[in-house]
Amino acid sequence: MAELTLVEAINDCFHVELGRDDNVMVMGEDVGRAGGVFRATAGLRDRFGQERCFDSPLAEAGLVGAALGLCMAGWRPVCELQYDAFSYPALDQLITHVGRYRWRTGGKMTFPLTLRMPYGGGVRAPELHDDSPEAYYVHTPGVKVAIPSTPADAKGLLAAAIRSEDPVVVFEPKLHYRTMRGEVPEGEHVVELGKARIAREGTDVTLVAYGAMVPLCEQVADALADECSCEVLDVRTLKPLDEEALLSSAAKTGRVVIVQEAPRTAGYGAELAAVLAEKAMLDLRGPVLRVTGYDVPYPYWQIEDAYMPSVERVARGVRKLLEY
Amino acid sequence: MAQVLPAERDLRRVIGDGDAVPDGEVDGLTEHDLLELYRSLVLLRTYDERSVVYHRQGRIGTYAIFWNHEAMQAGSVYPLEDEDWIFPSYRESAIGLLRGMPARVILQWWRGHPSGWWNPADYNVASICVPIATHVPHAAGLAWGKKLRGEPVVAIAYFGDGATSEGAFHEGANFAAVTGAPLILFCNNNQWAISTPLSAQTRAEALVDKAVGYGIPGIRVDGGDVLAVYEATREAVARARTGGGPTMIEAVSYRAAPHATADDPSAYIDLERVEQEKKNECVGRYERYLERLGVLDAATAEQVRAEAADVLRTGIAEAEAEPPADASLVFDHAHVEPLPSFDDELRELRGG
Repeated sequence: MAELTLVEAINDCFHVELGRDDNVMVMGEDVGRAGGVFRATAGLRDRFGQERCFDSPLAEAGLVGAALGLCMAGWRPVCELQYDAFSYPALDQLITHVGRYRWRTGGKMTFPLTLRMPYGGGVRAPELHDDSPEAYYVHTPGVKVAIPSTPADAKGLLAAAIRSEDPVVVFEPKLHYRTMRGEVPEGEHVVELGKARIAREGTDVTLVAYGAMVPLCEQVADALADECSCEVLDVRTLKPLDEEALLSSAAKTGRVVIVQEAPRTAGYGAELAAVLAEKAMLDLRGPVLRVTGYDVPYPYWQIEDAYMPSVERVARGVRKLLEY
Repeated sequence: MAQVLPAERDLRRVIGDGDAVPDGEVDGLTEHDLLELYRSLVLLRTYDERSVVYHRQGRIGTYAIFWNHEAMQAGSVYPLEDEDWIFPSYRESAIGLLRGMPARVILQWWRGHPSGWWNPADYNVASICVPIATHVPHAAGLAWGKKLRGEPVVAIAYFGDGATSEGAFHEGANFAAVTGAPLILFCNNNQWAISTPLSAQTRAEALVDKAVGYGIPGIRVDGGDVLAVYEATREAVARARTGGGPTMIEAVSYRAAPHATADDPSAYIDLERVEQEKKNECVGRYERYLERLGVLDAATAEQVRAEAADVLRTGIAEAEAEPPADASLVFDHAHVEPLPSFDDELRELRGG
């Protein structure tokens, strides 16, 4: 085990996976010479050559479209989109082709394409460097979506995405790229898609979260330790969702607070709440609550903290539910 | 090399008009080749005309007509090798016929039946691209990906004049140019994007001028002249295969038929011009050329038409004989590893 930051774990994953499979290639804006604006792809160009760590022209839709064609030529491309909100042009290709092409061929061709991007706020960045767009992606048929919250999972889920025969989108919490360190298994490390993780055991209330909201929920659990026992469920894979893990934690605690950084309406938390409404009704002792970002454009950074779910906001939700 | 000279905006032509404009010829094409091109043209024409009838009879769904586009398709496929990849738009829906794809498959596509969705690797023909221009980056990626593997494969992407306004065209063309991908960007400029004329699509004098911006060569050709299209594509293919990168070909024609079976162009098109174009349509032009050359006689022409008619008769009969698709196919094929939620959804579909 090595102690790595989250972004170092991603870089480690690339070195292992490109070394393991000659068909894996990385492409994106500034991934080669610069090693990525966050250095997630550092050292790959020198080690594997400029074609397997390709500095692409500045065109997100063209990048993902070209990656689809590369799949048809036998490659396993990993596209880096530089920031969450710069990924929107690529949704065109993702929705109209990446998620549909295998189906379009009657299941005869596979498209092992990985799309990864830093997401989320709290980093005092200019406009459109802070979004949490996961719901758009989860809503796209034919693609899977994962969001790690620890360095070990950042490596393991990315490896699973690269090895998956299906297209997978991985969102990485940029807030924790360098602020979070953790033990990361050396060499090959794969975290199976579709498996949630209990980040913290508890008995009174389940906090359901993913990505940057997981460590926040752990802080909430600490802050409320004298009042109640919080379980923190890290969803890890948004699609396919580990329903069993969600339902069994809900059955255990009887109370669920969903914490999501993205705007509230039709966010992924609404899907989690719907699953609980359909399948956990008799296990619940109170309503499923959501603590989320607001239905507004992500704010100017001087007041971004007012938008982000905080320990206090989540704790208020937990108390409200305990008093129900 | 990448500068389009005014002279290159002139349409390249080979076929004359039997009068003032003399016939030319293409080096290296044998009598056999000339007749093969004729077979391709007639097969495509027959597919298209029969499809319009099948649509009126309710046997296929809405259909995108490609009448008078056959020369652009047949002429550009002929110089390709079988391992070269074709990326069609819906206007080239039947181009797989030229690669041995059964008519049944394409007819099933237009009938909305799952058996109409082929494996691109079986024919090196990508799936029909329905949205405009979004397949251009795919073709660029495939062409570059094959080049990286050291395979001498060329790709050709077909799109219309309207597609050149799309970001996807630009991004794909630029990606191919930057990577030196062996790609032919084949623009069938029929001068209409449904009801929008070319003048409302671009201020460029010629669409091929766009090649200059990508630093790649451009060729402009008469899209109704199958031999000119063949020769231009052969030149582009040879360049691509020997490491010269992409070429843009603008084939200029005129849409003499509706955009699709659901379209009524009388509301917007110049009907007199359409009548002129119909008199000069591409299959008849080539027939008259071959007759002047003494390569085609009435009996051979009749035989070629009969063969094509038979392909379509067989195709529609086979398509209609296939059993209806199993509704459970709704859940198949989107993923290699299906979502666990599909089990519940399939139960629901079955009434459970």
